[in-house]
Amino acid sequence: MTLSLFIQSLINGLNQGAIYALIALGYTMVYGIIRMINFAHGDFIMIGSYTLFYTIPLMVNAGMPAWLAVVAAVAVCAVLGILVETFAYRPVRKAGSMSALITALAMSIFLQNLAMVLFGAKPHNVQAIFSLPTITVGGVSLPLNVLLTIAIGVVIMLGMQIFVKGTKLGKAMRAVPQDKDASTLMGINVNRIITLTFCIGSSLAAVAALMYCATYPRVTTDMGSMMGMKAFIAAVLGGIGIIPGAMIGGILVGLIEIFVKLFAPGWYEAVTYGTLIVILLVKPSGILGKNTGEKV
Amino acid sequence: MAATKTPVLRCQHLGIQFGGLKAVDDFNLEIGESELVGLIGPNGAGKTTVFNLITGVYKPTEGSFYLNGVQMNGKKTHKIVHAGIARTFQNIRLFKKMTVIDNVKAAMLRELHYGMPQAILRTPKFWREEQAITERAKQLLAVVHLQGKENLEADNLPYGEQRRLEIARALATDMKLLLLDEPAAGMNPTETEELLEIIDYIRDEFKISVLLIEHDMSLVMKICERIQVLDFGTTIAAGTPEEVANSPKVIEAYLGKDNEVVEGI
Amino acid sequence: MTKQRKIAYLLNAVGVVVIFALLMALFAAGVFGTSTTYIQGICTTACYTVIMVASLNLVVGFMGEFSLGHAGFVSVGAYVSAIVSGALAGKGLSDLGLFLVAILAGGLAAGIMGVLVGIPALRLRGDYLAIVTMAFAEIIRVCFCNFSITGGGKTLSGILKLSTFPRAFWVMVVCVTFMYMFVRSKFGRTVQAIREDYIAASAAGINVTFYKVLTFAVSSFFAGIGGAIYAHYMTAMIPTNFNFNYSAELLSEVIIGGTGSLTGSIIGAVFLSALPEAMRQFATYRMLCYSVVLVLVMLFRPGGIFGRWEFSLTRVLGRLTHRRETAKKGA
Repeated sequence: MTLSLFIQSLINGLNQGAIYALIALGYTMVYGIIRMINFAHGDFIMIGSYTLFYTIPLMVNAGMPAWLAVVAAVAVCAVLGILVETFAYRPVRKAGSMSALITALAMSIFLQNLAMVLFGAKPHNVQAIFSLPTITVGGVSLPLNVLLTIAIGVVIMLGMQIFVKGTKLGKAMRAVPQDKDASTLMGINVNRIITLTFCIGSSLAAVAALMYCATYPRVTTDMGSMMGMKAFIAAVLGGIGIIPGAMIGGILVGLIEIFVKLFAPGWYEAVTYGTLIVILLVKPSGILGKNTGEKV
Repeated sequence: MAATKTPVLRCQHLGIQFGGLKAVDDFNLEIGESELVGLIGPNGAGKTTVFNLITGVYKPTEGSFYLNGVQMNGKKTHKIVHAGIARTFQNIRLFKKMTVIDNVKAAMLRELHYGMPQAILRTPKFWREEQAITERAKQLLAVVHLQGKENLEADNLPYGEQRRLEIARALATDMKLLLLDEPAAGMNPTETEELLEIIDYIRDEFKISVLLIEHDMSLVMKICERIQVLDFGTTIAAGTPEEVANSPKVIEAYLGKDNEVVEGI
Repeated sequence: MTKQRKIAYLLNAVGVVVIFALLMALFAAGVFGTSTTYIQGICTTACYTVIMVASLNLVVGFMGEFSLGHAGFVSVGAYVSAIVSGALAGKGLSDLGLFLVAILAGGLAAGIMGVLVGIPALRLRGDYLAIVTMAFAEIIRVCFCNFSITGGGKTLSGILKLSTFPRAFWVMVVCVTFMYMFVRSKFGRTVQAIREDYIAASAAGINVTFYKVLTFAVSSFFAGIGGAIYAHYMTAMIPTNFNFNYSAELLSEVIIGGTGSLTGSIIGAVFLSALPEAMRQFATYRMLCYSVVLVLVMLFRPGGIFGRWEFSLTRVLGRLTHRRETAKKGA
């Protein structure tokens, strides 16, 4: 492997990883607060991508930059997140983790098939979002939009970390999973915090959709579930419920995918899942996760 | 060789650290056959941790313990149970959605020798063995005064009966040493009286030794032959009820922090 | 065995034979006209789905752990049995013999895979276990996509059509009976105790890991048998058939039917394998409705439609005769 190929792959891996990390962030935030795997999260990205597909031409016609369409995507996804949480997840929250898991699976199936009905099964091509040049440094071609994607990812991650650690709302978000009743007694409106978390999580999905479409400008109804699965793996790898964990996990999964594809294209998924299994067996709650045994 | 009897349980310098904290340190105890020993101490003194060490939930970081002279530390919980130590839990842990009798039968796995083919084909051996444990489970339920409640869901029993069911389940493992973790917690005086009768009966009938954690001092003083007092993980007193009651250290541990003795109200 | 039990077993056997005879008579009489083969196909599908769903219920309902990778074990059974039947074809075995050897091989392979996956995976619980089972299933799928003997990612076709409806039906009956007996023995009791409280279970002398792995392996074994019937009914398959969506579908059928109720699994599987066919005209809306139904069941019956309830022919007949007797007394 030449050095330039290595650097090229490293950058591609980071690009892929930044997208996964951002999606993983959505999984992690929701899991962190209500201990539920939100299987529909991947499908939020799909909805976000379709929104981009339909709004970018409008933006371009109106003479505005294409990436501003992300505003529409964020709005659509945020509203969708709130709706799903309020009408599907909240009613089953008390019924136990098995019900929550199945409801999330059902929502994923629902959104995918709704998209199938609304947008048809044919894949669509999204217009170019960033028209940035590609620069070549020492035999390595660097598309600037890839660098931009990585930068957006890193900025959002840092922003979220500061939000959760530093602000009052962030503190409330960390308090709710510790003890719902105590949080209520402390004057936290638990339902509102959970809805807010979903709102932020699904907005992040819209941003991830933008980043994804900038790299792979193609939308299908099942794109979300495939990507969501890997991003979810990333969240678990890093330690689900932990924001820096999502970042580490996402980048790890992205790098594994790109590098394994170089040598054994058919096996990259197996290697990703294998890594997950090995890490969970060594550290049952992920790389950054804390091990909490049950009290006897 | 049979002149000096090996004690049923012997703990030697048993200890465990969590991080930097010594939850239990240098714990020594010997329990002879059919003896009833009390383990008391303020909240957080490490009493339940001792139980968790002896039952293999935690692995001791120091020292060792022996059951009838056989070293047990490092063994898995179910192996320790097979060797003869059974317990109840401070916050009742029953198989809630199972029937009362199934709770007891679940602990009789070692009496069932049939394999999967016999179970699937329902051979006579299957019926014979199942019949036998059903009979014994009924007897054990009668011992703890739960006869007639075999087919209720365990979760539906009143509190005191749930505690007694836990004792029946422990008995079902056919043990030599019974560890009771606050068996009278939350019981009213009549229920406590009934429990004491049951404990007495079990001890005579099954020839077992009992180690008991209890907060109710009068109860401990009444039934235990020997008492060991823990505070901050270390033994501060041991001896007969009178000796312990008059020990200045014990008085200090209890009266020095008066509120801590009262728990769970 | 008491006389009462003998009667109960006999009654159930008679019930099963009656259902089978009824279906066969309907097919033979040509009630469905030109769509007889089609209906027979749906019934065969229902049979192997019942096996898959009931076997998953051993893990989900009785052991109380999610598995999101059941399709992985189904695929092991499907591919191994297809390879075995392909290799043994024309070696002098009768069709029935070949079929039985193939499904047994599929089941055993899946069972062994269950042990291999179960030993490491079952150290985890809850969501993490669900994720790891999913990961294992995906790895199995990727392997089948890459091995040339399994078609190398392309469709593996030309599998002998050995799964007729009568064979699928009787294999289903045997499998469900075995699972029922398994659950109603020390194995089921033990694994339910572990589900209720694994710490108390080990304090009751139960080797928690052993019984979990055992149950997982038994579940995988039957999943493999289901997969084997599937392979010899479809005659062609591709690894993507056994992706995450298939696992999720099987899991939701377990949940809708009722966790911990084999009756629920049977009715859930029959209903849900017949439903998509009945709604074929509305294919696009079908999955939409399915997901809405799923959410509604979760809202109003979180334990599934049947909960832990089991159907008992003896009980029903007992009640009927009892009613007649009281009616007589009243008159």
